[in-house]
Amino acid sequence: MADPTMPHEEAAKPSRFDRAPTIEPGHTFASITDKISSIVLSRRTPFGWYVGFAISFAIVNVLLVSVGVLLLRGTGIWGINNRIAWGFAIINFVWWIGIGHAGTLISAILLLLKQEWRTSINRFAEAMTLFAVACAGIFPLLHVGRPYLAYWLVPYPNTMALWPQFRSPLVWDVFAVTTYATVSALFWFVGLIPDLATLRDRAKSRAFKMVYGILAMGWRGSASHWHRYETAYLLLAGLATPLVISVHTVVSFDFATSVIPGWHATFFPPYFVAGAIYAGFAMVLTLAIPLRKAFGVEDFITMRHLENMAKILLATGLIVGYAYIMEIFFAWYSGNPYEQYMIANRMQGPYRWFYWALIFCNIMTPQLLWFKRVRTSPVILFLVAMVVNVGMWLERFVIVITSLHRTYLPSSWGMYYPTMWDWGLFIGTIGLFLALIFLFVRFLPMISIFEMRTLLPEAEVHEEHQA
Amino acid sequence: MKHNYPTYGILAEFDDPNALIAAVRRAREEGYTAMDAYTPFPVEGLAEEIGFHHSRLPLVVLIGGIIGCAGGFFMQYYASVISYPLNIGGKPLNSWPAFIPITFEMTILVAALAAVFGMLALNGLPMPYHPVFNVERFVFATRDQFFLCIESRDPKFDRGRTKEFLQSLQPLEVSDVPW
Amino acid sequence: MSMGNKRTHLDLAKFRGRLQKSGGREYWKSLEDLWEDPEFSALIGQEFPQQAMRSANGFDRRNFLKLMGASIALGGLAACSRPAGVIVPYVDKPEEIVPGRPLFFATAMAMGGFGSGVLVESHEGRPTKIEGNPDHPASLGATDAWGQASILSLYDPDRSQTVMRLGVISTWTEFQAALQPVLQRLRQQGGAGLRLLTETVTSPTLGAQIEAFLGNHPGAVWHQWEPDSLDNVREGSRLAFGTYTNTVYRFDQADVVVSLDSDFLSSGPGHVRYTRDFMTKRRVRSDRKEMNRLYAIHSTPSPTSSIADHRFAVRPSEVESIARELAAGLGLGASAAAGERAHWIGAIARDLQQHRGASIVIAGPEQPPAVHAIAHAINGALGNSGRTLIHTDSPEVGPVNQLASIRQLAADIDAGSVEALLIIGGNPVFTAPADLAFGERMNRVPFRVRLGDDYDETSLVSHWHLPQTHYLEMWSDVRAFDGTVSIVQPLIAPLYNGRSPHELMALLNDDANEPYEIVRSHWRRQAGAGFDQLWRESLHRGAIAGSPLPARALTAAMPPPPDSPAAASPALELVFRPDPTIRDGRFANNGWLQELPKPLTKITWDNPALLSPSTAAKLGLADGEMVRLHHRGVEIEIPVFRVPGHADDVVTLHYGNGRRRVGRVGEGTGFDVYPLRSSAAPWIDSGVRVEKLGRTHPIASTQLHQMLETSDYDRRSLVKSGTLAGYLKDPSLAPHHEEGAPVHHEQGIDEGPTLYPAWKYDGYAWAMAIDTNVCTGCNGCVIACQSENNIPIVGKEEVLNHREMHWLRIDHYYKGTPESPESFHQPLPCMHCENAPCEPVCPVEATSHSSEGLNEMTYNRCVGTRYCANNCPYKVRRFNFFDYSDYATESLKPMRNPDVTVRTRGVMEKCSYCVQRINQARRDSEREGRTIRDGEFTTACAAACPSEAIVFGDKNDPKSLVSRLRAEPAHYGLLVELNTQPRTTYLAALRNPNPEIEAE
Repeated sequence: MADPTMPHEEAAKPSRFDRAPTIEPGHTFASITDKISSIVLSRRTPFGWYVGFAISFAIVNVLLVSVGVLLLRGTGIWGINNRIAWGFAIINFVWWIGIGHAGTLISAILLLLKQEWRTSINRFAEAMTLFAVACAGIFPLLHVGRPYLAYWLVPYPNTMALWPQFRSPLVWDVFAVTTYATVSALFWFVGLIPDLATLRDRAKSRAFKMVYGILAMGWRGSASHWHRYETAYLLLAGLATPLVISVHTVVSFDFATSVIPGWHATFFPPYFVAGAIYAGFAMVLTLAIPLRKAFGVEDFITMRHLENMAKILLATGLIVGYAYIMEIFFAWYSGNPYEQYMIANRMQGPYRWFYWALIFCNIMTPQLLWFKRVRTSPVILFLVAMVVNVGMWLERFVIVITSLHRTYLPSSWGMYYPTMWDWGLFIGTIGLFLALIFLFVRFLPMISIFEMRTLLPEAEVHEEHQA
Repeated sequence: MKHNYPTYGILAEFDDPNALIAAVRRAREEGYTAMDAYTPFPVEGLAEEIGFHHSRLPLVVLIGGIIGCAGGFFMQYYASVISYPLNIGGKPLNSWPAFIPITFEMTILVAALAAVFGMLALNGLPMPYHPVFNVERFVFATRDQFFLCIESRDPKFDRGRTKEFLQSLQPLEVSDVPW
Repeated sequence: MSMGNKRTHLDLAKFRGRLQKSGGREYWKSLEDLWEDPEFSALIGQEFPQQAMRSANGFDRRNFLKLMGASIALGGLAACSRPAGVIVPYVDKPEEIVPGRPLFFATAMAMGGFGSGVLVESHEGRPTKIEGNPDHPASLGATDAWGQASILSLYDPDRSQTVMRLGVISTWTEFQAALQPVLQRLRQQGGAGLRLLTETVTSPTLGAQIEAFLGNHPGAVWHQWEPDSLDNVREGSRLAFGTYTNTVYRFDQADVVVSLDSDFLSSGPGHVRYTRDFMTKRRVRSDRKEMNRLYAIHSTPSPTSSIADHRFAVRPSEVESIARELAAGLGLGASAAAGERAHWIGAIARDLQQHRGASIVIAGPEQPPAVHAIAHAINGALGNSGRTLIHTDSPEVGPVNQLASIRQLAADIDAGSVEALLIIGGNPVFTAPADLAFGERMNRVPFRVRLGDDYDETSLVSHWHLPQTHYLEMWSDVRAFDGTVSIVQPLIAPLYNGRSPHELMALLNDDANEPYEIVRSHWRRQAGAGFDQLWRESLHRGAIAGSPLPARALTAAMPPPPDSPAAASPALELVFRPDPTIRDGRFANNGWLQELPKPLTKITWDNPALLSPSTAAKLGLADGEMVRLHHRGVEIEIPVFRVPGHADDVVTLHYGNGRRRVGRVGEGTGFDVYPLRSSAAPWIDSGVRVEKLGRTHPIASTQLHQMLETSDYDRRSLVKSGTLAGYLKDPSLAPHHEEGAPVHHEQGIDEGPTLYPAWKYDGYAWAMAIDTNVCTGCNGCVIACQSENNIPIVGKEEVLNHREMHWLRIDHYYKGTPESPESFHQPLPCMHCENAPCEPVCPVEATSHSSEGLNEMTYNRCVGTRYCANNCPYKVRRFNFFDYSDYATESLKPMRNPDVTVRTRGVMEKCSYCVQRINQARRDSEREGRTIRDGEFTTACAAACPSEAIVFGDKNDPKSLVSRLRAEPAHYGLLVELNTQPRTTYLAALRNPNPEIEAE
């Protein structure tokens, strides 16, 4: 019979405590449960929450206005034109989708790799994924000239007897993104079921009991349920892993399958996937660091988590850097004047500042992460993550704009200048993203309670019991 | 509905997964077959102990995947070759390499749906009512307590003796589970 | 606005009813009463408040045309009413209108007084498209941009629609009432004090009317003024021959042409015909391997100089001495060439010597009379007259020195001897030489009347403004550059309340005849017997047989050398030229021409001062920088723009822009340079001072980058070019591999390397071949396309954002040094690639291939992802970012081609190879149970092209012209290395430099 107040050193696998722990000592099943669920149920909502939510909701209104004006007046209100036909809409779409990769990646791949430290971050990472994908989804819908016909990209029997053109990467996008959104949502919800049951059983007010009860679907933690539950969760992880790789691969096809110098490149899929993971982890850090402070869950989201994520950030950052170098190498090695000009134009052309800012943000800055001091300092880590967020947006700007603005015929070279409505829509989605995050941390457990329980030494089944 | 026993079963509460596993094993040695255990997190090997062995879920998912894959490709083939053939940029009607991404996505989508809804169906969820919830202490099953329930449908079940047996396992508490 | 429209529509409905009740001849009568109706005039009053015009300028120009919505309800109304008189269709089709089947009528359009034959396509009585008239010597089936755009002027909602008295709506009856007493009084003094002011007149009928009037009023005087005038040409001919004569050139006979600052290929009488003739000598094929040679001595680069084999950019003042030196080289005069230019002048002289009787020396209208005289003398000495050119009497009625004429008028006004001034056409207040201050002077004339298309600057200072009919609305006649007479027949009854000059003259002559009768009776008198034959024939064919003026044998005298030879002064020189698109300002309110990229500079909606890069550098000026030009005590502010190949220390000013009053398109666009144009030096002047203002003005050029080789590592072989000599060596002109540029492999055009079986096109396979060797970049095709395909204009702001909608653009590239670069024009319609990159990326099958290989847009399927535009390597796709098509303006509706969809917002569009014409031809051929014959029809651009550079046809038919061109060795495709396999392909541009000059 274990004394729940003190950790079982001897019972613990040594591997778990040789590094900074994934959960601070001194916790019991009860304390974990109470601490996390109280954030939702009993603890007073911090004043900061109201401020933050108010601000982000205000920004959501910027989004609504931008969308309204867009629908009334048409895509002409943006800076795009006949030579640079894609602008912010596509840049932001790719940026958000990229961010939306960390969640499922953490949940699925790290699960398959048995990385226990993922446990305390996967929940809100998944939530973040969903919200990011939601923001991303707005852009393809709105950027078309006749948004009220956007549903024509979906295959359905219609009076025109016409189908989508399945060779188009845009249709691939529709399938990839909707699949990704669906699977991520399922993954997230399945993970939530036992915790919803916990909330159901701990909620004081009848209303909350009802809501959480309905969502928990009568979960009672039966052994056989747990068994199937874990099978399903594992299978989902197995499915989500190739999916998460495929989504940004498909997004990269939007560019790679074209004939435009700077787009038509075979290494785009791995390059984009690495970039997506890069961006995703940067955003997870951006959210995790303030959240753990605000809700005092440093003992669940420990230094170890931050450091591991920092390492992944560094690794993927290096891959992205490699891709940049390859881009230059291919241009030189191909001997194709259009490719060569494309690179030269990125470095010296009218948009060179974007290119060099991109190099600074995505290549230079992450090198700080070689130092443990940086990796273990939340503040610096937060700043680095922020810089990477910006850098990844710049990357998409460079890919989309500098490739399009000077293509094959000098007669059709032009410039792209975003308008206030371009910015309005972009900033608006950031507001939407934050607003959703605020609602999430307020009404759902931001850390998976039942998985946290399994991290406790008490959860270990002793050898002598193993049949 | 009419039950031949007044109770659903008898519930014993433990505060340690190992105690629970020990209890399950003893109960089986006693010859009990109809029992279920309730835990706040998946306990390694518990399902096997209470005699639940393999799940049919993987098969369901496999079938889902196959349906998605075949259906996904056929949809594209039908649309571009049979239903409305068009010369698109001089490409062949059956541009199968271009159909791969969607085929893949469809595979994943249907398989994932099969996994989730298969799991819920096999678990009989959603289940709005279950007798165990009638037990006051059962709310701790989602917090930090571990429960073993020997059900009344068990041929060996006898309200008195079963209760005594469970008491003998030094649980925190033993209680009837009313219908 | 739309509210306003609704209201007015409602009100108009009532009047419309009244109008419809009174059909035919009474129509205009009842319109008269309608004007009397106070309620109606009030209504029109609120529709055209004087301020409305002004406020229009503040309006986003993108939807400028939408403003006039209601006012034009009449337009839609009149569109259905047939013109008065019997009009005769061009081809012998059933006279009665078959719905959906356009009829063609031959008529003629006058530019600067000289006529050019056109065929007008008429749908159910609505003229919709201008084509050239193959039977007319000035056209031979081709048209220029102005001819094409004139259809828009007809339907221009800003056209003056009513008689205005001091800016208040009035009527013709009121005007007649006001005119009679004045006429009475002046008649008593034999017409003294009465002045007519017209533009150049070649109309025999109008001439006869004017002469009749002058006959009855010996005291009256007839003045002429045309800002784009041929005074120098006239005076030059008098200098050489002693009398005003007209010279008609035969470029199809000339092997060597020397242009002394002449842009004979894109402006001046007969330029369309001249282009056609010139190019017959320039077209190089495997079976015709010789080519004429053009020396362009010019100051401002022009379409003519852009294709020249040798270009010599000189100050305009130098041209005369160069001409004399050239003459001396041929034994005329004794001003021997000196300095470095002696070399090439000598070479040119020798070249001319070797081509006696097969050469032409032609001077531009900007050059002083002496230069023209010298040119005549040289041509005479070379025995060219009678062979490559003929002299005839002037086709003009009463040719005069128009500058002197308007000077005289100004002087007489000062003398107070002008009591009544009748201005017929033109806009002298805006265009007369600045020092005459014509507006102020005019104000001193007691009775001022003007007949004009627009309520413009001149109307503002007139007592009476009378609306003039468009040439498609009136009966008239006109002479062409060679004297050929065409009868101008109306295609439609006047849309508004306009009347023709003939009607006004008839009013003055108390001639009660209808305009139809006026013209007829004139020719009945001329022809006597056989008139009906002549009349019918000329209406039918569009030209009166045998009317060209006979050649006259004349010998030219070499003009005496100037007593003070022009000393080359360091001062900046000024050249005045009519705007390349809106001319002297008469087309200022024509949106198509305003948005038409000007040749070479590709500038729209503006007329910056042009200067050479080195001069700009010297003055420290960049493109678009505002400067203040000080000249003769006047100063104007204007932006500058650098043009490679422009003469150094010369500033070119294009007049015609900066209209103060014309309509919402023309007002506030560009800069008015007339204030600098004095009667002392209307063409070439020196001593202008440039003051940098430190401000910039956005200039909407549709092509920001024109250099082919942007840097040493970026060598793009986009245009294939070479010399005739090089062609004779290697006809394929394959670029040298060491250049490292992607090599054009012709086989890449039809079949490239592919894993997939190529699609087979068994029936027709439409293709287009464009001979860049004969393209002058004149823009005729661009407007033809715009007119044929209902292409909207977008306004300067949108052009600045690269949103122009032209389906066909003419790319222009420079090669070589900025001082004297080679120019290459490359018209770019859709390439209709066999492997179109735009199609596989469209998610909704909105663009796909037809069974005949057309790359088709399905507008109503397009959702507007714009992916196709991104993936088009040629960037020929155009997106409707806003509702560019004007759905509101009534008057524009009848103008549209009913066979072409009007596109809405959010839809992609592009060149369709005029699929509507293909289908028309297919229906015809199938009705007659045959296949489409080669050349039976062609696209709008190809039909308009004066140099027949664009050829369209079926590449599956080995005998078709396009197939034969695709078999030419100099044939190439653009960016074929991408394996797009374009259906639109090109023939290389060749130059035929003089080896003597090439040598150094």
